Amino acid sequence: MSKLIELTIDNQPVAVPAGATLREAALSLGIATPTLCHYPGLATGSNCRLCVVEVHGARALVPACSRPAEAGMQVTTDSERVRRARRTVLELLLGETDTTRAPELLAYARYYGAKADRWPGDPAGRRALPVVADNPFFVRDYAKCILCRRCTEACGEGMQRTFAIAVTGRGSATGIGTGGTGRLTDSPCVFCGNCVGVCPTGALLSLPEHAARAAGAAATERLDWHPAKGFGAAAAAPPAVRTTCAYCGVGCTVELHTHNGRILKAAAPPAVGVNRGSLCVKGRFGHDFVHHLDRLTTPLVRKDGALTPATWDEALDRVAAELTRIRARYGADALAGLASAKCTNEENYLLQKFMRTVIGTHNVDHCARLCHASSVAAVSRALGSTAMSNSIGELRHDIDCLLVTGSNTTENHPVIALEMKAAIARGARLILVEPRRIELAGLSTYWLRQRPGSDVAVFNGMARVIINEGLADAEFIARRTEGFAELRAAVQPFTPARVAELSGVDPDDLVAAARLYATSRAAGIFWGMGISQHRNGTDAALTLCNLALLTGQIGRPGTGLNPLRGQNNVQGASDMGCLPNLLPGYVPVGERTGHARLAELWGVALPAERGLTATEVTEAMGGQIKGLYVMGENPLLTDPNLNHARECFARLEFLVVQDIFLSETAAIADVVLPALSFAEKDGTFTNTERRVQRVRRVRDGPGQSRADHGILCALARRLGAAWQYDSAAAIFAEIRQAVPDYAGISYDRIEQEGLCWPCPSDDHPGTPYLFAASFPRGRGRLHPVPLIAAAELPDADYPLCLTTGRVLYHWHGGVLSRRSAGLDAICPEAMVELNPADAAALGVTDGQMVRVRSRRGEVTARADLTARVDQGTVFMTFHFSEAAANLLTIDALDPIAKIPEFKVCAVRVEPLDQPG
Amino acid sequence: MTLLLRRLGQADPTDLAAYRAAGGYSALSRALSLGAAAIIAELEQSGLCGRGGAAFPAAIKWDGVRRAAADQKYVVLNGDESEPGTFKDRTLMEADPFTLIEAMTIAAYAVGAGRGYAYVRGEYALAAERLGAAIAAARRAGLLGEDILGAGLAFDIELRQGAGAYVSGEETALFASIEGGRGEPRTKPPFPTTHGLFGRPTLIHNVETLANVPPIVLHGGAWYAGLGRNGAAGVKLFCLSGHVARPGVYEAPLGIPLAELLDHAGGVTGRLQAVLLGGAAGAFVPPPLLATPLSPPALQAAGLTLGSGAVMVLNDTVDLWQVALQLARFFAHESCGKCVPCRLGTARQAELVAAVAAGGGRGDEPVRLQELGAVMADASICGLGQTASWPVLSLLRHFGPPGEGRV
Repeated sequence: MSKLIELTIDNQPVAVPAGATLREAALSLGIATPTLCHYPGLATGSNCRLCVVEVHGARALVPACSRPAEAGMQVTTDSERVRRARRTVLELLLGETDTTRAPELLAYARYYGAKADRWPGDPAGRRALPVVADNPFFVRDYAKCILCRRCTEACGEGMQRTFAIAVTGRGSATGIGTGGTGRLTDSPCVFCGNCVGVCPTGALLSLPEHAARAAGAAATERLDWHPAKGFGAAAAAPPAVRTTCAYCGVGCTVELHTHNGRILKAAAPPAVGVNRGSLCVKGRFGHDFVHHLDRLTTPLVRKDGALTPATWDEALDRVAAELTRIRARYGADALAGLASAKCTNEENYLLQKFMRTVIGTHNVDHCARLCHASSVAAVSRALGSTAMSNSIGELRHDIDCLLVTGSNTTENHPVIALEMKAAIARGARLILVEPRRIELAGLSTYWLRQRPGSDVAVFNGMARVIINEGLADAEFIARRTEGFAELRAAVQPFTPARVAELSGVDPDDLVAAARLYATSRAAGIFWGMGISQHRNGTDAALTLCNLALLTGQIGRPGTGLNPLRGQNNVQGASDMGCLPNLLPGYVPVGERTGHARLAELWGVALPAERGLTATEVTEAMGGQIKGLYVMGENPLLTDPNLNHARECFARLEFLVVQDIFLSETAAIADVVLPALSFAEKDGTFTNTERRVQRVRRVRDGPGQSRADHGILCALARRLGAAWQYDSAAAIFAEIRQAVPDYAGISYDRIEQEGLCWPCPSDDHPGTPYLFAASFPRGRGRLHPVPLIAAAELPDADYPLCLTTGRVLYHWHGGVLSRRSAGLDAICPEAMVELNPADAAALGVTDGQMVRVRSRRGEVTARADLTARVDQGTVFMTFHFSEAAANLLTIDALDPIAKIPEFKVCAVRVEPLDQPG
Repeated sequence: MTLLLRRLGQADPTDLAAYRAAGGYSALSRALSLGAAAIIAELEQSGLCGRGGAAFPAAIKWDGVRRAAADQKYVVLNGDESEPGTFKDRTLMEADPFTLIEAMTIAAYAVGAGRGYAYVRGEYALAAERLGAAIAAARRAGLLGEDILGAGLAFDIELRQGAGAYVSGEETALFASIEGGRGEPRTKPPFPTTHGLFGRPTLIHNVETLANVPPIVLHGGAWYAGLGRNGAAGVKLFCLSGHVARPGVYEAPLGIPLAELLDHAGGVTGRLQAVLLGGAAGAFVPPPLLATPLSPPALQAAGLTLGSGAVMVLNDTVDLWQVALQLARFFAHESCGKCVPCRLGTARQAELVAAVAAGGGRGDEPVRLQELGAVMADASICGLGQTASWPVLSLLRHFGPPGEGRV
């Protein structure tokens, strides 16, 4: 950094840091260099040769994009020789390729006076290549390909590391393609579309954009370029709005381009946000659910047993009347509210405020109960905190050991997985503790393949190795933790041999993994629902906390305890206090100062007793609970033991659901209120790393649909509260008062990029990693944890272990992703993953329909014979209502967090006759 | 008596005992007693330049790799001899593999490399077989491995075969091929001396270049330099083909006039029209330039190149534009497709040459070929695109379009 290189460019002296390229040096003088292959964040092969400049003394021209500046260089960027080369390169491309959708190339061509007919190509050559439409997401129109190779770089080391496409052939026949059949669907492609995002010529286009352009509905933007100005503003740029993806908790920054209210494409600006230009298949191609015909467009009220269209007044009057009636007859605690990890912070804040201050109950919860409640409980007990301790960006630079467990990160948090893969590529090592042979297994240094339900044994075993081999950080333990002696005693029975018996993990690998984790400079733990969704999920998460505290792998960049949150705003919904025991900002119900502060802010007295969790509410239906208000959730697909849950819901006196689709839950409601999707409203989401990010309105909602916060305000006013919020920003202003960690965050500050909480004041830069100096509870607490067996293990009647999860192409209950044309086309049905050895014993062939039965229910689905699952284990997703895995799962609850054991139950599998 | 071809036909090329009996490995012993700095000094004094076509001084490369700090360094033997009309490296690899192994070992010692790769053109099955057998024999005898000649020198060689792409003879493309990627060149700088194979400092030499190393170490740089003529240093292998009485590989002093070299091969059969000197990326030499000494500076002054040492003799029965068309098509076919000027420039060049060769065209082809050739030379990534226009442009310069100013 300190050493500057001095050179001259176009006779102007300039000094640049060592390592700067000639392109960067020229830019510092305000001289732009044309390029078609260079893209921010991707390595450049300098293959378009448009950036060439003249360096005094060099025989040939040199590429400014990659050539480092050297002391004393004399560079000329605009000689006749340079112009001739640039013009000829452009003319060669214009002659060979269909450049009609290449606005940058055309802008350069205009500036350099390149003529399209100077070097005509073979008409039967590139221009004659057919459009390839071999997948449900995007087309490949190689007549428009200039072979800049941004796409292969994006698919490879630059972003995705999937390596599905590569350069094929040579000379004029050079192309981009896959191995094998050449079809993307037969290749390793995961349809992230990062190739589409970086293509400069329209050779790769999303299907909607391709269709719109083919119909002439969306014109190619016209750009102009000048070396002193770069690209000017586009003359006909299609409208694009920057917002935050609504699928998972990664919180990718996405720019939605629309045409006549329909989303044409989703793009990701380079170098911005968590994703820095990358997206996954859902984020890039899965947002078409917002204009699906199934969208609710009018309120529905049940009349004579049927849901019937109604006016807003009719519907809201009915809701207000029923809530009032139930509260009057049974008391406020007969009502409960389910907030939504899909909705904005503003909406969730209002829902819990509605339940607490308008209705008068703490019976409010959300789906985190079903995903990470146990993680939250554990981290809260160990550290006094409730969130991911470190930030995603630290994977890029700081981490050198990753311990990933219970997380199929490449499918469930795809863009975080990109950072993990990049970290591994630069030398970081991966310890994977996971029953299934997921993609990360192939990248791991140690893969500990434990049997489902034995996590506690594995991590206690690692703790024992660390303690007994003297690898624990004694100084850290003494200064910042408590409970070491008890833990040391408690883990002694977990010898490597014993752990092998309990979990199936190789003893040598266990020891080696423990040593690697403990001795790495910066080691971070990442986990998902494979840890949390057990009846001892809190215990398992506590054993992870123990590892971090024993080794001091926390409180520094690249370390920490990082539960990867599932939903786009599950962190925010918790932050907003959509929990029965915690008020906004994690103030415990009844805690005197915080409780009083919020009561004063809201101007009402709050109940002193905590409310019921979502799982407890279900059990209490017909008993204590008579009415339920559901905002954007679908418990009748996502609860465990669905048959039982359906019986419970049937006992409610009143159910109101506010959603964008008629979900399984909405279908049995008494009133259904049509809400807006993320693309139709303003607000904020808080991602898994505590980053508060803007959500912006891109299009109008269909029909009479309304923003959830608008619905809640209207309802509150009917129930006598004088709520007046004229915008999402007005609600956020109140959130800043209610939640101290959000006090320094404002829409202005996060206009460009979000901030990680805690951010207590206007001048605070946000907090990417926590606990540098202390833990919220003071000392970190080490917890002795015994191993409790899963509630239901395989036996003679039900000999296989069912574990559930998700796939890349679908989301949660499938309400959104199954209404995305591309996602549903590529993954249309539920599959049962079955080990080939088990399948052979059962007489099941690949692709055959099977019946999966548990003590609670049965489903039929297609068998997928794969070694991804070990012998004795079957895997199903819970995305598909027609083969709902949760008909099988067990409703055994973690005693602390009340989270159900989705990850282990006993089933049997029977082949069905082949149809026909 | 020849130097480089001394063992041609002498014995079983893979018989290590015979090689040692004939003085083999005495150069390595001497190298070990000289030390790295002295070896490189001898090399500098010898004036040895690269024999693959670029004629870069060998000692500068050795010194560069020696000075580069890294956890691993490599020595690579470039046996991807693909230049049309060139067959000297094949002869060396088939006839004298141990000299190449000994030379690589000396180089490894001098630059501090622990691993070597011998990269042999895919079509050269016999060369690969013999080199492989010789490497195995040397390894069995402790002449490759952890402790060579008991001197604590650790070095071993892996044999790799190409897959038929001309461009893989370009050094950075060759690295990509060894690394398991597609044979495609990278932008230089950085140069292989600091960022070569697997990103590490790498000494890469053409087969013939390395074959000169053991004699230089044994007899000294000054002796070697004195073998040349007309101010050039050392000896060179020339590949004579076409219309000469005795085609084949000839060793001659560097600096020998072209006409004299042709006499060695028994002279031209028929009436000489031109010599294509330097291979496909070479130039057509008209008869008036036959007196030019075959040394890089003299040839450069005449607008010619020695290239890899290919000397293709063409009498007046040959249509030079048909030859140029074959060469242009060769380049269009062999362009790796990475950079625009080469990928599309070679294609357009072949079409223009076809038009000229057929006697048709619009008449502006010569001007367009010159313009295109200038941009290809200026803007292509590697030597393939940079030199693909040379034969065509030299034909235009010295002979003109068909029917116009034929010599």
